[in-house]
Amino acid sequence: MISINVNGKDYQVDVPSDTPLLWVIRDQLKLMGTKYGCGIGECGTCTVHIDGKAQRSCAVEVGKVQGAKITTIEGLSENHPVKRAWIEEQVVQCGYCQPGVIMEVASLMAESPKADAETIVRSMDDVICRCGSYPRIKKGIAKAVDIARKEVKK
Amino acid sequence: MKLAKAAEAKSSGLKPTAYYEVTPDGVVRVVIPSSEMGQGIYTTLAMIVADELEADWGKIQVVQAPAADAFKNVLLDSQMTVGSAATRGWYVPLRKAGAAGKTMLIEAAAQEWKVPVSECAAEKGTVRHAKSGRSLSYGELAAKAAKLPVPQDPQLKKESEFKYIGKAMPRVDGPEKVNGKAIFGYDVDLPDIHYAILARPPAYGAKPDSFDEKAAMAVDGVVKVVPGPHGIAVCAKSYTAALKGRKALNVKWGAGSHPDLDSASIEKALMSGLEQPGANAITTGDPKKALAQAAKVLEATYYVPCVAHATMEPMNFTAHVQQDRCDIWGPTQGQTIAQMVAGQVAGLAPDKVQVHTTLLGCGLGRRAAPDFVVDAVIASKALGKPVKVVWTREEDIQHDLFRSAVAHKIKAGLDSQGNLVAWDHKVSCFSIQKYMGMPIEKGIDMFVLWGLHDAPQSPTKSQIAYGMPNFSVELFLSDLPVPVTPWRSVQNAPNAFATECFMDELAQLAGKDSLAFRLESLKDNPRARRVLETVAKNSDWGKPLPKGRGRGIAQHACFGSYVAQVADVSVKDGKVTVNRVDVAVDCGPVVNPNALEAQIEGAVVLALSTTLREEVKFAKGGVASKNFGDYNIIRMSEVPDIRVHIVNSTDEMGGIGEPGVPPLAPAVTNAVFAATGKRLRKIPLAL
Repeated sequence: MISINVNGKDYQVDVPSDTPLLWVIRDQLKLMGTKYGCGIGECGTCTVHIDGKAQRSCAVEVGKVQGAKITTIEGLSENHPVKRAWIEEQVVQCGYCQPGVIMEVASLMAESPKADAETIVRSMDDVICRCGSYPRIKKGIAKAVDIARKEVKK
Repeated sequence: MKLAKAAEAKSSGLKPTAYYEVTPDGVVRVVIPSSEMGQGIYTTLAMIVADELEADWGKIQVVQAPAADAFKNVLLDSQMTVGSAATRGWYVPLRKAGAAGKTMLIEAAAQEWKVPVSECAAEKGTVRHAKSGRSLSYGELAAKAAKLPVPQDPQLKKESEFKYIGKAMPRVDGPEKVNGKAIFGYDVDLPDIHYAILARPPAYGAKPDSFDEKAAMAVDGVVKVVPGPHGIAVCAKSYTAALKGRKALNVKWGAGSHPDLDSASIEKALMSGLEQPGANAITTGDPKKALAQAAKVLEATYYVPCVAHATMEPMNFTAHVQQDRCDIWGPTQGQTIAQMVAGQVAGLAPDKVQVHTTLLGCGLGRRAAPDFVVDAVIASKALGKPVKVVWTREEDIQHDLFRSAVAHKIKAGLDSQGNLVAWDHKVSCFSIQKYMGMPIEKGIDMFVLWGLHDAPQSPTKSQIAYGMPNFSVELFLSDLPVPVTPWRSVQNAPNAFATECFMDELAQLAGKDSLAFRLESLKDNPRARRVLETVAKNSDWGKPLPKGRGRGIAQHACFGSYVAQVADVSVKDGKVTVNRVDVAVDCGPVVNPNALEAQIEGAVVLALSTTLREEVKFAKGGVASKNFGDYNIIRMSEVPDIRVHIVNSTDEMGGIGEPGVPPLAPAVTNAVFAATGKRLRKIPLAL
């Protein structure tokens, strides 16, 4: 039995310890927001937060994250600046990559709260969007940084 | 995003057509006949209904339509989302449907109040009688309105009266795609659902010599091994079990039909096809004579390799075959075809097959093919349970139906004034119709000629834009076993690469500016002229740029729309950087400007990816490219400043899903020439 904590809840899952975290999240916990894109950590659609840091869940063995705090897209607050920015800037097209993109951006912002949008954009080359929504992702990042700055001021 | 129930229960509200319902609570549930793959069609079609209906946008919900005749697009005579035909095909029918409902609601209110209809007006979900100050909501009126006859030809709004159409309305599917609740095909979950992953042949035509079913079945969670036409399915309770089971299956494959097939041999075969007799698609005038008499003649060959769809969501489909019904779920672009094929495989009439379309993580034309539907139905039939067949990314790339590689040979002639007088064009490629199971008559496959030639009344409208007095197109189809299918704009893009690069080379030969030379051959095509002039004006065309930097221009018309692009490119140490792309687009009246802009941006990025990076590699009779590590897709830092200029047009409405793709590759390639003096005739560009 493997014990994991996802979005603030404890789960016991009966899977081999080398099962990728991605498939535990999807098949055992039925949290479908985290997506399968490539299985080799190249595209970022499977990005979750492990103890607050973005990691590609397809490349993480579930046995290695017992005791860690795992957050998926469903666990990120509705009011998170990135989620709000994504709606304001109408970033999504097909939307399949976006949970991973949002989690990546949220993690970068949390890691460097003072970073400007350009700095965050420069770290996004390891993410793939096939719809080509990159121009709007850039706008979304700028908006998210702006929203977060205004929150700090409040 | 609610999956519509297949057999619609009788409405307790107002349901004048199949396309929406007004509930007693005042919710307006729009039934969308098209698949949502990111192009924003859920929102666009809901806007059309909501506007004519005078619905309150805040009360709009959308559901996906089941597979049924009512949802066939009139332009395609099928329930399909292809050919950039959704908005232009559904615009009038949905306007009429919305207007009919509004008429009925007003009539119902007038009857309720015993006042003339002319004294009543509908506004955003409410009918008001100004004289007496009375009002009733659509919810309150719905049941009464439902008793009235449905007007067959209701009055439509004037464009000046539109409240939603033409405005940047927020995407209805935005929130669920941001909060993680959106359901794609890969996410389908049902009681007792099983996964299946197929072991597929590594080379075209290879058959399994042996496989270890016992070893696969010994893997924890594996329940059945099911051979089929596309490979051997390993059915299991989880993704990881199916994957482990497939590995344990240890299939030994025989040699393929063409064991020496590789990227070089494919290119060689298609290039040599240019020298072999082909089928004549069209001849106007006498190109051979005109070429012989031309003052100057130019000949060039171009080559574009195969590219993969690589939709962000890999292929997948779910089926549950029961004795007297078959349900299928997943990301399909072609409900009619899926329903028919599933029925054939399940041994049921089509009307016993319920199609539940999910959101699509990209479509790009790949998901109109029913191959992935077949695998799911076979597996479910064998297992007697719901089965979700999923493809790994490796399978998705290696077993894709690609955008056909194509070789072009063009020979054109100029008169003594540098006017274009003859154009003889040979195309050598694979056949899309072959993989669709469509007959090829007299060696002509229409799909692969789009961009050059099209049938006169076809909704694809993909004839070459230029008027030429002497023009011929000949087609050679290779019988190498590379499977192909439409890929966003079909062959318009790799064909436009050739035509628009060649036009630039001709302009140079004529000693004329690239824009001016094109305009001369567009005398009878004002919409094409206008987008070229618009993009030139907005992109600083003609203004000087520093050494190593240049601009290229290109135009292409397809699916009813006209697009011209100017690319501003820098070249340094063999590296091409695209700084800026200006796009002028004329798609007639614009329904959803937000979706239009996003589609153009996305099309430019996608096309740029194929111009700079993408190429499927073949080896040993099959595909060598494996995953995103070696099949390179464009990344964020390579994306230019993209500026979209929408031409205000009252001409016939065209589509916007695909037309943004074709002009990009030639615009960039022409810009590379302007920056370096080098003519490149192949993509991905290599200096």
